[in-house]
Formats: sequence, C-alpha cells, structure tokens
Amino acid sequence: MNIDDKLAPLRYNTDSESHLSVDNDVCMRCKTKSCTKVCPANVYEWCEDDGILRIRYENCLECGACRIACEKKNIAWRYPKASYGVKFKNG
Amino acid sequence: MVNSKIDVIVVGGGCAGISASIVLARAGKKVLLVERGDFSGSKNVFGGTIYARQTAEIFPKFWETAPVEREIKEHKFFLLSENNSFEASYKEDKETEHNCYTVNRAKWDRWACEKAQKEGVLFAPKTLVKALVKQNNKVIGIETEYEKYYADIVILADGVNSLLAKSIGLREEIKPSDVALSVKEVIKLPRNVIEERFHLENSFGTACRIISGPLKNMFAMGFMYTNLDSISIGFGVSVKDLKNRDKKPYEILEELKAHPTIAPYIKGGELVEYNAHLIPEGGFKAIPKLYSDGVMIVGDAAMFVNSLHFEGTNLAMLSGKLAAETAIGAIDKKDFSALCLSEYERKIKSSIVYKDLKTYSKPMKIAEKNLEFLLTYAPYKICKFFEIFTTADNRPKRNKYRKFIKDAIRERGVFGLIKAMWCLFRMGIGIIK
Ligand SMILES: Cc1cc2nc3c(=O)[nH]c(=O)nc-3n(C[C@H](O)[C@H](O)[C@H](O)COP(=O)(O)OP(=O)(O)OC[C@H]3O[C@@H](n4cnc5c(N)ncnc54)[C@H](O)[C@@H]3O)c2cc1C
Ligand code: SF4
Ligand code: SF4
Repeated sequence: MNIDDKLAPLRYNTDSESHLSVDNDVCMRCKTKSCTKVCPANVYEWCEDDGILRIRYENCLECGACRIACEKKNIAWRYPKASYGVKFKNG
Repeated sequence: MVNSKIDVIVVGGGCAGISASIVLARAGKKVLLVERGDFSGSKNVFGGTIYARQTAEIFPKFWETAPVEREIKEHKFFLLSENNSFEASYKEDKETEHNCYTVNRAKWDRWACEKAQKEGVLFAPKTLVKALVKQNNKVIGIETEYEKYYADIVILADGVNSLLAKSIGLREEIKPSDVALSVKEVIKLPRNVIEERFHLENSFGTACRIISGPLKNMFAMGFMYTNLDSISIGFGVSVKDLKNRDKKPYEILEELKAHPTIAPYIKGGELVEYNAHLIPEGGFKAIPKLYSDGVMIVGDAAMFVNSLHFEGTNLAMLSGKLAAETAIGAIDKKDFSALCLSEYERKIKSSIVYKDLKTYSKPMKIAEKNLEFLLTYAPYKICKFFEIFTTADNRPKRNKYRKFIKDAIRERGVFGLIKAMWCLFRMGIGIIK
C-alpha cells in the first residue's frame, strides 16, 4: 500500500495557505534532506531539477517530526489555524 | 466566550489537560480548558491502552460508562527474525481488578472532556493558543488567534511539541535522540474474526509488543492492540535513527504488517485510519524545569513518558492532578509566584512519575549504548535457538548447539559476548538498586 492509499481515508479541512514554510536557499545547501526521510505523510519532496523543496502541506499529520529532524532549523513550523488540518476519528 | 475572571487556564485538552481542569473544577475553581481541535481527541493519537487504576482516580468506575474498547487480559511479546519469530505471552487472572483498556482517543478524550464540562470546566474548542501573555516575566494569560485571556495561573498541557513551554524558556528544543516518531494503522475487522484470531473471550483483549524483524538496527518498538472491531498496529522509532535510514516510516510499517507472524492477524482487514504522533522518549534526563511565575507544565509537554512500559496517559493524568492541586493551594494563598508553584515539583518528585523515570534513567542509558545487541542480535539469536531446538533432522543436536555457540563467538567475539552479558546485568542492577 503506498502513502496516498494510506492517507486516503483521512479527513482534512485544508487551509488555502500553508502552515509550513522553509527558506529554499538553505534547503539547496542541505545535504541530508532529513525532512524528506522522517515525514510520515511524505509532505516534503526535493525536486532536483528545479532546486526546490516541494511541500504538500495539505497532507500533514501535524506530528512535528520534520521540525526536530531538520538540522538547519529551517522549517517555520506552526500548527494549522484552529479547526483546519487533519481530523482523526480513531487516534 | 468568558466574561468573569478565570482562576486557571489550561492549554490542551488531552489526558493531562482534562485531568488538571476537572480537579480544579471539583475544588470550585474557575477553569478554562483551551483546545485547538474541533473537539478533544480530534488531534490526538496513541497506541494504546489507558491504565484503569490511575485513570479511575480521576474518573471513578469509568469503565461502566466510558467508550472503552477492550479490557486487556493478555500481553504478548513478539521477537521477530527475518521470517520466523519467538513469542511469549502473559495472561492476567480474569478475576482480578481491571488493569488496562484499549481506547480510541477521538472517542475517549471527547467523553472525558464532556465529563469535565459537566463538572464545571469551561471548554473552548477550535481555539489555538499562539503565545503566552507575560508581564514582568510572569505568565498572566494566553493569546489566541483572536483575543487574549487572562488568569492567575496557566497550565501547559499542549503535548510533546509544546511550543509554548519553549517560548518561555522552560523547555529546550527536543533532540532527535530524545523523541520517537510513531506511525500507526487502524484496521477494521469483524468482532468475531478478531476474537478468533487472538483467542479472546467476550470483550477481553490483547496487547502486543513487537521487537526486531523489519525494525532491526533501529531504536524502535512495534505494537499491536485489539479494539472492539479493529486492530491498531504500528511502531515508534527514534527520530535520530529514522533520519539515517533510506526507508520511509510508512514503508517500514508495510514490512512489519507483511511479516509472516504478523500478517495473519490483520489479513483481510480494511484500513480505516493511518496516523502519526511523536512520543517523548528522553526519560528522566529530558525532564525540563516544571514551573515558573504563573505557569506549570504537565504530561507530554513535560516529557513524562515511560517508553519501555508504554505509559504516558497515566503520567499525564497524574501530573495534571498534581499541578491542579498545587494551583488550588496557590489560589487559596493568592500567591502565584514560582516559589509557591515549586510545590508542584516537590509533588512530582515524590510521585511515581519521577520515581519510575528515575528507575530507568541509568538502564536506558546502558541500553542505548547496546541497542544493536538488545534489539537486533539477541532477538535473531533467540529465534535461531528455537529453530535448532524444534527442528528434527539427521544432524546430531550436540553439533548444532556447538555450531550455535561457535557462530556467536565468531560474530561477536568472546569479549563481545561477555560485554553483552555485563550490560544485561548492569541494566538489571540499575533497575533494582
Ligand atoms: C503511538 C503512541 C502510542 C502510545 N501508547 C500509549 C499507551 O499504550 N499507553 C499510554 O498510557 N500512553 C501511550 N502513549 C503516550 C500517551 O499518548 C501520551 O503520553 C499522552 O497522550 C499525553 O497526554 P497529554 O495530555 O500530555 O498530551 P496530548 O494527549 O498530546 O494532548 C495535547 C493536547 O493539546 C492540544 N494543543 C496542543 N497545542 C495547542 C495549542 N497551542 N493551543 C490549543 N491546544 C493545543 C492538542 O490538540 C491536544 O489535544 C502513546 C503515544 C503514542 C504517540
Ligand atoms: S532538512 Fe531542513 S534544510 Fe534540509 S531540505 Fe529539509 S527543510 Fe530544507
Ligand atoms: S509535521 Fe509531521 S506530517 Fe507534518 S510535515 Fe512535518 S513530519 Fe510531515
């Protein structure tokens, strides 16, 4: 089962604006790209051709792992605005 | 939302926050519980089981009315190797007192929060606290997306990430080695199928811990729990180890689900939820400063988790209660200074929260240094031993045992094996000393 199938049953109330942001220049120089390795929702993807970190914030599970994993402390991490984001039915 | 003066604001409607606010309300204090989710539980994730004796201190006889899933009567331990496994099980005496129950956090937290409201707690859902309001270095209130609210004391129960505790310098940034990421799936299956597969009577249930196999070479532990009509399966792994891995957490979860020992339990089930959450695993050494002028921190925000025993909800509820009792004393004395609130730290230090985390402080340090042996080599070797013990063929048993020992010496060296035994001995001594 791939990550999209895993995320499919979840309900989200998606904000039009991202709650996650990075300074892309810092990502360019980042060797580890740890955010892409730890994220359980595959939110981060490094696009080599364009040299940008793609952030699919709408899939975020709000765990906080990326914030801790990024050695450069480059993720401006916030919770989504109240009542936005993921809604768990089981937890 | 609120017009009269609030005694205490509690940030975060999880186990710790609900417990703190209900204890305050029962003492007649005016308490506002603030939660960012649509309802308590809509953002919360755990394994898992709540512990009946400690939960009942806040919610007496909760099992009669609360939305619990199954009363756990069996605890299984799986040691996985590549394609085989060793399993041990402890079955509780069915007649004894309730020990633990699986719950669904979205239902349990919501129930507990509704109970708190009935007992007088003012509840503000869909409210994100963005910052703490300070005056002369004292915390005097909270700032939400829309307004500010003031109170004599603020209790931070905002969970493992606690950006708020960090903002006032009570907590430092968590180290990747002090926190685990957990991913989990809830897999729906008919009740009778679950009861057959786990050999369950009535609504009793099983809790499983899983070591090694697809989780090898990482500081990781898996779990599997029976709910009424679903199975929760997942694992927690140190963020430090995950960073150095080329597999994504959900890919490792797929491997765990596909292991020949695990797969038959969940076969044919339907995924109803995939979720993730952090677990504070720094233990004793990671406990931050617990109070300052006008503020205390409780639960995961204070890193109160005994990760070896999967205990967090009980420590959250207990710390919430102790902070609330401290707040009640402070309100009666009208003294909200750090000096007065230091009573909370004294209470924590004489409780099992502190004592249990301290018990494991040294053994966990030793374990961290010998992880590969404990969580990979030993489980694989135990499986290998039972393979030899149970296999009948034309090779003499003595030769097989000799080879088993020779292999161990070749793989680890005599010194390595002695060191491993010494590590186990020191861990044991560390716990009881
Ligand atoms: C996978 C997993 C398995 C576990 N298994 C077990 C188990 O079997 N048994 C056990 O006892 N423990 C277990 N634990 C640990 C347990 O879940 C936690 O210790 C416990 O939930 C901590 O309670 P808490 O109230 O401190 O934090 P939480 O339950 O995380 O609650 C924090 C609350 O604060 C809210 N919040 C956060 N920030 C803000 C803000 N700025 N404004 C408003 N609201 C905010 C959140 O929405 C949330 O409701 C497990 C944990 C995980 C992740
Ligand atoms: S780990 Fe940090 S710096 Fe590196 S790519 Fe990710 S966000 Fe950018
Ligand atoms: S908070 Fe968790 S789910 Fe969201 S982007 Fe970060 S790692 Fe991914």
